[in-house]
Amino acid sequence: METVSAAGPTKSPEPEVVLNVEGLRIVLDPSGLDIDDDVTLVIRRGEVLGLVGESASGKTTVATSLLDYQRRGARIAGGTVEIDGQDILAMGPAALRAIRGGTISYVPQDSSAALNPALRIGLQLMEILEVHAFGASGAEREARVAQMMAEVLLPSDKAFLRRYPHQLSGGQQQRVAIAMAFANRPKVIVLDEPTTALDVTTQAHVLDTIRDLTKSYGVAALYVTHDLAVVSNLADRIAVLYAGRLVEIGTRDELFAAGCHPYTRKLLASIPDITGERALRGIPGWAPRPGKRPTGCVFTPRCDWAVDRCHEEFPPVEEPSAGRRVRCWRWQEVRAQAAELDIHLRDKSLSARGAEETTVISVRDVTAFYQRKEILHGITTTLSERRCLSLVGESGSGKTTLARCIAGLHPHKIGGDIEFDGKALARDARDRPRATRQAIQYIFQSPYSSLNPRKTIGQILSQPLRVFFDLSRDEMEGRMEKVLEQVALDSSLLSRYPDQLSGGERQRVAIARGLAAEPTVLICDEVTSWLDVSVQAAIIELLAGLQREMGLSMLFVTHNLALVRSISQEVAVMNEGRIVEYGGVDAVLEDPQADYTKKLLSDTPTIPAVTAEV
Amino acid sequence: MNDEIIVSDSEIVEGAVTHAAVRRSEWLMIIAEAWRMRRTKIGVGIFGGIVLLAIVGPWIAPYSPTEFVAAPFSSPEIPKMWLGSDYLGHDVLTRVLYGGRTVILLALAATVIGLALGVTLGLITGYARRWIDESVMRILDVVLAFPQIVLTLLFVSVLGPRLWLIVLIVGISHAPRIARVARAATLEVAQRDFVRAAEAFGVPRRKILFNEILPSITSPLLVEFGLRLTYSIGLIAALSFLGFGMQPPAADWGLMINENRVGIVIQPWPVFVPVLLIGILTIATNLIADGLGRALIGIERDTGVG
Amino acid sequence: MPPLLKLILIRVALGMLTLFLVSIVVFAATQALPGDTARAILGKEAANKARYEALREQLGLDKPMAEQYLTWLGAVVTGDLGNSLVQDKPVTELLARRVQNTAVLVLIAALLSIPLSLLLGSLTALRRDGKFDISVSIGSLSLAALPEFVTGIILILLFATQVFTWLPAVSRVDPTVPIYEQLELFILPAITLMLAVAPYITRILRASTIEVLESEYVMMARLKGLPERLVLNRHAIPNALAPAIQVTALNLAWLAGGVVVVEYLFAFPGIGSLLVDAVANRDMPMVQAICLIIATVYVLANLTADILTILVSPRLRTGLR
Repeated sequence: METVSAAGPTKSPEPEVVLNVEGLRIVLDPSGLDIDDDVTLVIRRGEVLGLVGESASGKTTVATSLLDYQRRGARIAGGTVEIDGQDILAMGPAALRAIRGGTISYVPQDSSAALNPALRIGLQLMEILEVHAFGASGAEREARVAQMMAEVLLPSDKAFLRRYPHQLSGGQQQRVAIAMAFANRPKVIVLDEPTTALDVTTQAHVLDTIRDLTKSYGVAALYVTHDLAVVSNLADRIAVLYAGRLVEIGTRDELFAAGCHPYTRKLLASIPDITGERALRGIPGWAPRPGKRPTGCVFTPRCDWAVDRCHEEFPPVEEPSAGRRVRCWRWQEVRAQAAELDIHLRDKSLSARGAEETTVISVRDVTAFYQRKEILHGITTTLSERRCLSLVGESGSGKTTLARCIAGLHPHKIGGDIEFDGKALARDARDRPRATRQAIQYIFQSPYSSLNPRKTIGQILSQPLRVFFDLSRDEMEGRMEKVLEQVALDSSLLSRYPDQLSGGERQRVAIARGLAAEPTVLICDEVTSWLDVSVQAAIIELLAGLQREMGLSMLFVTHNLALVRSISQEVAVMNEGRIVEYGGVDAVLEDPQADYTKKLLSDTPTIPAVTAEV
Repeated sequence: MNDEIIVSDSEIVEGAVTHAAVRRSEWLMIIAEAWRMRRTKIGVGIFGGIVLLAIVGPWIAPYSPTEFVAAPFSSPEIPKMWLGSDYLGHDVLTRVLYGGRTVILLALAATVIGLALGVTLGLITGYARRWIDESVMRILDVVLAFPQIVLTLLFVSVLGPRLWLIVLIVGISHAPRIARVARAATLEVAQRDFVRAAEAFGVPRRKILFNEILPSITSPLLVEFGLRLTYSIGLIAALSFLGFGMQPPAADWGLMINENRVGIVIQPWPVFVPVLLIGILTIATNLIADGLGRALIGIERDTGVG
Repeated sequence: MPPLLKLILIRVALGMLTLFLVSIVVFAATQALPGDTARAILGKEAANKARYEALREQLGLDKPMAEQYLTWLGAVVTGDLGNSLVQDKPVTELLARRVQNTAVLVLIAALLSIPLSLLLGSLTALRRDGKFDISVSIGSLSLAALPEFVTGIILILLFATQVFTWLPAVSRVDPTVPIYEQLELFILPAITLMLAVAPYITRILRASTIEVLESEYVMMARLKGLPERLVLNRHAIPNALAPAIQVTALNLAWLAGGVVVVEYLFAFPGIGSLLVDAVANRDMPMVQAICLIIATVYVLANLTADILTILVSPRLRTGLR
């Protein structure tokens, strides 16, 4: 018989709390500067909590703290971590060892480093069972290992188990790590960005596996990530970490529909929207490191809502509703603001293809080699004047190789023709006439590697000026200031060294260096891959603006399909050294023809549409 | 990306400390960092002291190094002979004061030769085409197949104990070892994107080598210099000890040790003092090299710069 | 051909190439250099034209250089190292016992240094930055800096003369008496060699152990709940093995040159002191022979280190680079 009360059908009771973290504080050792402070959260049985944070947020230190572990250089300074009522941080070493891998387990970010290169994977899988006294015999344990491997969709035959980690692919390595984590049917699993190093397609599969296993075994999971899109499909609840402080916690729907903290709202707005409805908006500035965090609310420097009080005091925890927590002086106003106001609708005309333009670069039947292996097979495409073409593909697709060939940075055998303004391009940039070298500029992926750490920004920027132009000192200074202004940087940076700049600033300098040559073609090679999501959005905004204003022809290489609408008009999708689809950005994304494109679209994680329902 | 993004010193936060710290060059940073360590200070102090002694020695010596002042192996007599006399009756203190110059000068010369040669070879092999790299490394392997002292003795056996020969061969024997370090550093830097960027601009290879790559590898080379100096001192003193360096009646610490060994039981000073001086000199240079090495590791870690 | 075998054969071939080039260098230095060998040997007597020409012909110095080299090489490879110019007896005969002596000396030095360094290296890594680590570090630094003859003389001063007189200061090994009955003559030279080599091995072992202990996979092993003993033995040590083997072999190879000064200091009858005598006397065949032996030992030691490293690393074993 159904139980009906006056209030309506009873809700089934919420699952019990398995993990209870209170006031966790982790500091640097020996300086004592805090990495994380006052971290409080709970996870229930069968629930996935996404811990979202960008760089310098301290999310990884929180993750390992749940197993009472810190690397050299950091120390847990306070708080409690309770699993089923027992405080892990207060346990002795023997009890701790019993818990690790047994009651709570850990999935690392990079399994190629976390799996011991000198041991076969079968042994590494077996030992977690042995150490926690699983089963009564070797045979039982072997059977369990076979079961574990099947669960993560890996072969379990003897030959496979005898492999060493380096003989597995990245995705396979990660699955082994997941199998190990679920081996003893733990109560809690901590997953530390387990899919960051993986391709989009592999990532999708691994996420599915994680979702299935957590649900079937009713495990409480903490999923640490910087990628809100990834976690939006997996997590039931989300905790947002900024500069070591939890600024908001709530269910996924609550946060996506109506976040109470300005950072949450802004973070959402900076996630690339594959549907092309939302314009990309970055957050200016960057997250402060331990020791550089401001007094008052940590987010104040980058916050649109900041008032005087925010500079003085860090807001206390407030509970807008059950299970919902936020730390902001003005949270009610933030929540009240309609979600629509966060969204700047994308100006769709920007991705419209427009009239036919002259071809600037034409690539005809280009094949490229790398150490005898053919990696590009007969590529044919064009880049038009004043257009941006995106090259999209996963790692190994050949997109960077193609970009390098066009830029003259691929010093290996190349077949076919590449033409610029109707004239054939030499394979090596050094063999090209100066005017060509000047006209085509290349921005590298890593802002940490593309600027000479021994030179000042001024010296770095003056290099193209000295090579391509004949200028007096004053003229050079003038140009450098102008170019810095174009990338929204202050000229005081000219005397600084790269390691004094943030990642986003460095990438802007790299772009400025390219602009200093006064190019007509700009090739951007995954220029945002190494940056935080919020910083990425700002750089994309910058590049898109520059491309429009200066009428540059741009080649934008990326692995993230969701970005292309924010910057380009045309897209070429690459797979395994071939272009599988090419066309206007809107056309390809709304009505993909190639199977691979369709698959890529479906595998790319997206955040739910922002029609509020909560 | 891990949690260690570098943050600019130009804070946009009001109220927080705002210094636009202009960085000094890497060289100075390493030296400054090394200087903070006590071991480096001790090393520099001792090294400076001994070098001073070697330079100034001859002026403050009481006698001439070849002057007969007492019977051979006489015990010390203050104030006439502070350290007694040696196997031929010369004043030991005088000979000690005269005996440091050659070792230090020759060792420095050999180290500089080795460094110049080694760095050049390292830069070239690290940045050149594969076949140049392979062939030069094979040749260097041959030099490496000989222990440094054996190589020197090989040539001394043919050409005789000439000082210039010793400096040259010791220097040449350092070269492959330094080249390896320089090459490894060059290889690492050459694949960084800022070198590619310079190539893309069309900057000639030679300029890239000197302006982009060389400045980035000076730090490990600074450490190598300290290490090689230590070995040079040891090798050259050993060669004199064996009788192939300075010849009698010249005053030289290595030579003195060998000449006076015979009387070590009755008059240990002519052996003991040079041994002590050579010993603490090499320890001092090693302390300095170690201090620089640690500073290098520390700075690389803090700035993410290699 | 399995990739492993191929890898090893390439290393061996390169080693052989190096040895070949070494032989050219030895030959070139001693016979091809402008400092006329015959003149150097005869000294004043070189004025005597007849004797000079005769010696040149006897030494084969009038033939073209390439032919001289090949003749020489052929002889060397068949075991004929010529006759000593000083004692007019075959070089091989004079070397036999000496090589034996030096080999035992080096062996003892190695047996002393390896266990000591392994112990100190791992202990200081485990108790990093503690008092023990710091004192060992200072000790290593000092010993590594000191030239071998300085260490040797200090030992002599301490143990054989002034302070204690436990051990003989001079190691006149009697060729007629078997080695194992004269071991105390080996002690001081062996300890001197050990003190020269052990600091290097210790330092590098410490560094590589620390690197392994701070690796991701050791952290992972701990997070799996493995007891520390298992973490060290099963996870840490196998990965520290490769660099340990390499550095040990390389440093032991150094001993081949270190014996020169040490043997001279202790008047130990080995090939090191013989080399010094031969150089002083311009005994070219002897110099050639000993240089070749020492260089060969060096090259072989490096080769062994390379091959052992490959065998111990699964990544290299399976043929990937």
